[in-house]
Amino acid sequence: MAGYILRRLLQAIPVFFGTTFLIYFMVFAMPGDPILALFGDKTPSPALVAQLRAQYHLDQPFIVQYFIYIGGIFQGNFGMSYSGQPVSEILLRTFPVTLRLAVLALFFETVFGILVGLISGLRKGKLFDGSSLVVSLILISLPIFVIAFVAQYVFGVQLGWARTTVGPGAPIQDLILPALVLASISFAQIVRLTRSSVIETSSLDFVRTAYGKGLSRNRIVPVHILRNSLIPVVTYLATDFGVLLVGATVTEGIFNVPGVGNTLYQAIIRSEGPTVVSFVTVMVLLYLVVNLIVDLLYGLLDPRIRYVK
Amino acid sequence: MSITLPSSAAEGRTDDRVPLLQINNLQVGFRTQTGLVPAVRGASLTLHAGETLAIVGESGSGKSTTAHAIISLLPGSGMVTGGEILFEGRDLTKISEKEMQDIRGKLIGFVPQDPMSNLNPVWSVGFQVQEAIKANGIAKGKADIKKHAVQVLKEAGLADADKRLKQFPHQFSGGMRQRVLIGIGLSSRPKLLIADEPTSALDVTVQRTILDNLEKLTREIGTALLFITHDLGLAAERAEHLVVMYKGQVVESGPSREILANPLHPYTQRLVAAAPSLASRRIQSSSHKLTELDYKATDVTEGLDLIETAEARADLLAAAKPREDAIVVENLTKVYKIRGAKEPFTAVDDVSFSIQRGTTMALVGESGSGKSTVAKMLLRLEDVTHGEIRINGINTAPLKGKALLSLRRKMQPVFQDPYGSLDPLRNIGNTIAEPLNTHKVGDKKARRERVFELLEQVSLPQSLSSRYPNELSGGQRQRVAIARALALKPEIVILDEAVSALDVLVQAQILQLLSDLQTELDLTYLFITHDLAVVRVIADHVSVMQRGKIVERATTDEVFDNPQKEYTKELLNAIPGAGIALRV
Repeated sequence: MAGYILRRLLQAIPVFFGTTFLIYFMVFAMPGDPILALFGDKTPSPALVAQLRAQYHLDQPFIVQYFIYIGGIFQGNFGMSYSGQPVSEILLRTFPVTLRLAVLALFFETVFGILVGLISGLRKGKLFDGSSLVVSLILISLPIFVIAFVAQYVFGVQLGWARTTVGPGAPIQDLILPALVLASISFAQIVRLTRSSVIETSSLDFVRTAYGKGLSRNRIVPVHILRNSLIPVVTYLATDFGVLLVGATVTEGIFNVPGVGNTLYQAIIRSEGPTVVSFVTVMVLLYLVVNLIVDLLYGLLDPRIRYVK
Repeated sequence: MSITLPSSAAEGRTDDRVPLLQINNLQVGFRTQTGLVPAVRGASLTLHAGETLAIVGESGSGKSTTAHAIISLLPGSGMVTGGEILFEGRDLTKISEKEMQDIRGKLIGFVPQDPMSNLNPVWSVGFQVQEAIKANGIAKGKADIKKHAVQVLKEAGLADADKRLKQFPHQFSGGMRQRVLIGIGLSSRPKLLIADEPTSALDVTVQRTILDNLEKLTREIGTALLFITHDLGLAAERAEHLVVMYKGQVVESGPSREILANPLHPYTQRLVAAAPSLASRRIQSSSHKLTELDYKATDVTEGLDLIETAEARADLLAAAKPREDAIVVENLTKVYKIRGAKEPFTAVDDVSFSIQRGTTMALVGESGSGKSTVAKMLLRLEDVTHGEIRINGINTAPLKGKALLSLRRKMQPVFQDPYGSLDPLRNIGNTIAEPLNTHKVGDKKARRERVFELLEQVSLPQSLSSRYPNELSGGQRQRVAIARALALKPEIVILDEAVSALDVLVQAQILQLLSDLQTELDLTYLFITHDLAVVRVIADHVSVMQRGKIVERATTDEVFDNPQKEYTKELLNAIPGAGIALRV
């Protein structure tokens, strides 16, 4: 088990170098001069430009810039944003907020998605199943910003249950509404996935045998149907975490959440190499860790793929 | 239409006891979009406490549906539409789900068909045994339940049960899993055990030990056994009473020996004639002239007699001049490297044999004995580790490109599963024409004519060429697979368990077809099977494989009449029906 985790963590090393290099290259290759862009319409003196270029190593060849940047990371230095703040500071400020939002969303979609999906699967073709299909299709087909605005209007403005924007420090109660919005699309996917998985499992031989053993339905549903049906759902959750991080950009914009999405968007517009690369790298690493956790969870759910060594 | 039961001894006997199970005129249907499709149309049977009764029939005859109806485990849209199921005088079709739950497991145990799919893969074996014991209130308290579980599994033949409780189903072999399921089924000492084809997915030798054990246990406990099987020989050997079902109806019932000796209904007569286990047994034990047997009824629709076929084959072989070898295999070895294991695995170990042109060699062995690997190497689907394969004198290992293509043209396979080996998205005509297209034989018109010719050869109507595999029965599909194999006019056909997945009657037809085609087209067969029963009918020579090695090699008659090796004897003894004295 420990060996397996170690192997997986070692696998993260090439992924780390690969993604950082790619992202760095893309930012580098973007058109426009970031230094000139900083000054807007004004024209800075050539001496100042040269000084700034030297400060951000922009006068060096691309590959040297990359290694200077990577070298910095290993000393805990993620570079400076062009507004003069250390990137590490921005990271520490924004990531917890987005992470909280994403985890909250993940919680909502998992709990409600599996619950609704299970009931739909067990009552295939009944009223509940039909209604959940309609709701899921609506949620899947609507763009997230439409859902966000509707939720903001209905729950925030009309009913007054929640604040329409997130206050400073992003407290949990303010994040509930954005998290529900963020979870909505994945919720629909999980409902569909759980439903079909439950229907499939219910028809398997061992479920019939379980009835044959004299077990009650109340025992068979959670023990023999739900548990087996969760395996594909858990796989989906792993990839979905990445989608949540990205999807957060739009939701954060609408609810004014001071998270990663907003900051990253601004950094991309300004071609801020260090900021963009650092954010994306942290996201990739997070994604890798979540995937590792899910894979371990997968082994818990399904002993056939449990890692023996 | 309702058939009145032929009066047999069971009917005539006067019995004052209340039967344990009495099914009267049971009707079961499946609701579909086009209405109710009947699956069981008036089945009746009686089973007394402590007795054994077997329901025999082909797939789709309603035998499993009848069994599932008893404990209300009909799949999906199935429902009882009429009749009654009296268990100790209580009508099970009228009781609530809650009451049924108390009967299931506790009073009526259930052993399902396929051990591979009937244990939940995500729970340990011990867990699944213990939950049954707990649900039926057999033992209270954790330690007690565990003790009971170990005892139940030990009875079922798992000697090291206490060590294996924590293991998962995938760590068990098929036979072991079936033992677990039998253990679960008998854990609460039920009055009735329903065993739905409990061993048809297992190797014959394993089948035998498991059934012996099941018989012993049910006798000790005094449990009545309702045994469902498609194999008449097996049924007659294991059950006192037989119920033969055909198309949802009981066509004959009575004491096993009587039915076997004197089948009244034409369908039963066909079953008796076609069951390979019985046929091969009869050939062996008989000094009578076999053709004296009255099989006239069998000729009506099936038109075949396995015994006659086998005899004709033996005569032909004796009369024929020796011919050159079509296949020569010398010191063939296949070694697989296994990830994580230090020792490589030798699947095929120094195997040598040769097959004369126009004859059939059967390669027999249990699953895992390496027989399919030999087939794969012959077909060049696997590389050879050591040794040599010569087809018509040419070593096949170095062949590439065009030469390999022409080798493949001479040698065609037919595989076991007629459901898996046909592309569901291609119609039958295209499926059969595919090898012709690949090898660019003739023009479009010639190919179509060839397809029709092939369909005729395998006795299928031409109209089938525009149909799709899912519209065909298992037997028809296997005929299509054979037609496809014959499309290129091969010299050699490799039949890998080609009849193992088929019902007995269909199996007999396909064996007959293969036999006819061999004579007609001068084919050489390598016939791979785990079932010695069919070997007698089709093969001239037999090679018995065990753990990658050929342990015995002789003509079919020699192997059957005078087996040399213990393993071969074991395989022969495992053919169902061994214990039946046939009145031939």
